[in-house]
Amino acid sequence: MATQSHFAARGSFASVNRFTRAWQHGDRFYRLLLTLAALSVLALVIAIGYELWQSSALAREKFGLDFITTADWDPVAESFGALPFILGTLITAAIALVIAVPVGIGIAIFLAELAPDWLRQPVGFLIELLAAVPSVIYGLWGLFVFIPAFVKPVAQGLNGALGFLPLFEGPVFGPSRLAAGLLLAIMVLPTIASISRDVFRAIPNSQREASLALGATRWEMIWEVLVPYGLSGLLGAIILGLGRALGETVAVTMVIGNNLDLSASLLHPGYTMASIIANEFTEATYDLYLNALIEIGLILFVLTLIINLIARLLIWRVGRRTFTEARA
Amino acid sequence: MQRNTRITLISLLILVAIVAAACAPAASTPQVIKETVVVPGQSQVVERVVTPTIDPNAPRPVAAGSITINGAGATFPFPLYSKWFYDYAFVDTSARFNYQSIGSGGGIQQITQKTVDFGASDAILNDDQYKAAPGIQMFPTVAGAEAIVTNIKGDDGNMITASLKFPYTAVADIFLGKIKKWNDPVLAAANPDVKLPDKDILVVHRSDGSGTTFIFTDYLSSVSAEWKDKVGKATSVKWPVGLGGKGNEGVFGTVSQNDGAIGYVELAYALQNKAAINALQNKAGEYVTPSIESTQAAIGDFGTALGDKLAISIVDGPGKASYPIAGYTYLLIYMDQQDCTRAQKLIDFLKYAFGPDGDKSATGLSYVTLSQEVKDQVNAKLAQITCQGKPLAK
Repeated sequence: MATQSHFAARGSFASVNRFTRAWQHGDRFYRLLLTLAALSVLALVIAIGYELWQSSALAREKFGLDFITTADWDPVAESFGALPFILGTLITAAIALVIAVPVGIGIAIFLAELAPDWLRQPVGFLIELLAAVPSVIYGLWGLFVFIPAFVKPVAQGLNGALGFLPLFEGPVFGPSRLAAGLLLAIMVLPTIASISRDVFRAIPNSQREASLALGATRWEMIWEVLVPYGLSGLLGAIILGLGRALGETVAVTMVIGNNLDLSASLLHPGYTMASIIANEFTEATYDLYLNALIEIGLILFVLTLIINLIARLLIWRVGRRTFTEARA
Repeated sequence: MQRNTRITLISLLILVAIVAAACAPAASTPQVIKETVVVPGQSQVVERVVTPTIDPNAPRPVAAGSITINGAGATFPFPLYSKWFYDYAFVDTSARFNYQSIGSGGGIQQITQKTVDFGASDAILNDDQYKAAPGIQMFPTVAGAEAIVTNIKGDDGNMITASLKFPYTAVADIFLGKIKKWNDPVLAAANPDVKLPDKDILVVHRSDGSGTTFIFTDYLSSVSAEWKDKVGKATSVKWPVGLGGKGNEGVFGTVSQNDGAIGYVELAYALQNKAAINALQNKAGEYVTPSIESTQAAIGDFGTALGDKLAISIVDGPGKASYPIAGYTYLLIYMDQQDCTRAQKLIDFLKYAFGPDGDKSATGLSYVTLSQEVKDQVNAKLAQITCQGKPLAK
């Protein structure tokens, strides 16, 4: 009875005071807040892009598109080109993903599907702990422990066995693109592993049961049912990892050797966009120099946007495909 | 329904109140000075939280109504400046210093735009920079030297621990890539007692822009015309050869891990890490190792030549005992100040910093203090600082 009269009262008042109705449960207000929060992200991206564009005006005018294709970086002669840094960023991020994606997804599958309960918790906890280590710690550890103990012997081995390939040309020093890529792989691994694990755990059990009931082995269940089902989530995990690999600064700067070397060798020292900014921004003493560094920031920003867009497109296509397959 | 509206309104009000409270300055937080001390050579940042002293007789570091003087710039003297500011808080309880070690470039920019009371720079201002900031004056505070560190294993597999001797242009030729092997005749002739191996030289330099690199490339430009033409001097340069390490620890780490490597680090860093200290041939032809004494000798060589700008390069000094890779670090202050109280506080502080207590702190942190000759010129210049065109009343 009481409920009925309440609804009746509501109906009669609604036409009288639309404003009150709209605000009465705070729905509109809440919606407004959330919209503002979402828009603030957009505003931030636009503001950063605008600022980078404005503050790099001098360098853009002076060098134009040559900035991207030349390799000369000489603050004394006021001549700047970003090619070595762009290549370095792409190469180190690629090495990182090639290693971290299979290992990370492997860890995720193990933790979500195969690990016994007593192992699942501690390993999961340790992986999350790895994600919380500050990058300067990774950098110092990389320089003083990881390079002499692991990277250098591996690099010497690669150079000895495959040194005839331009990819593994000597001479071998410790700090190199390989060192930076391997360190980045360790740094993005926890991101990829822990998000992928959550993706697998979110897949309903009915999927597993159905495929097992149809006679699938565990391997088939994981690779032919779970992975396609969670693919967009897994790609999301990889994109987050890639974002960190592209933008990581301190740790990479400490182990990459900071050299404008343009050879193809992974064992040679290199340079990344984030590193050159971190290295030279504080002591850039004249405007053109500062503008050139900011333009590198702009290139990194645009590159990250493009890679993210491509990845989104990929997810979108994959999502559509699995949807139609599921319907078929 | 009425009640629901009221709840919405009340929650809105509460939200506004929370936001307002968050934006308002915190009223009575306890005074805590957080002091960051970078210990050179330990590649770690020690953070000390100094709470107000409990002893009622001791002077309190922060008094009510204190004046904050802001500065920004070079990172090289930051540990020393931090110590000076901290100690000075006990001398003058009403002055408080806030120094941001954002790098020399940032320091020059901020003082040019007058967003800080003083700037700090390892590099000497160029003509354009003087023009952009009319009335700016450089004041040297302390000097530092740089050591050449090496890591070479002899043919017998043992580390070469003897101090190597580098002839006048040898370091420049190594960094140019002209001397490629450790058993190069130039090096072998200067070191007859050491059996240098037939190994490639791996050059390691700083990757981050720094005053250390400015002083080092200033030295290379001074001893080698080819370096001056091809590379020049700056806080970052286009290195002809070698690997870049970030910071002193990056250079030292890379050198110590690679057989045949050579690099340059701040003297204090080399001493604390017990690196092999090598000798360089100076302009007078003598082989000199870096030390506080040999850097002071270099300061002495140029003591009378400071000129009106009070800024001079002290690399490659002509004296027999002078170590060739050394340089001043500077404060940047306008000769005509706008705020008389702050100007007076700043000058009082500098007088303290150049006094015996300030010198003691500097020596303790392995910086090289100014000679009396230089100090006299600096103090004379400090006395000429005016405020809004009038001399400062003491």
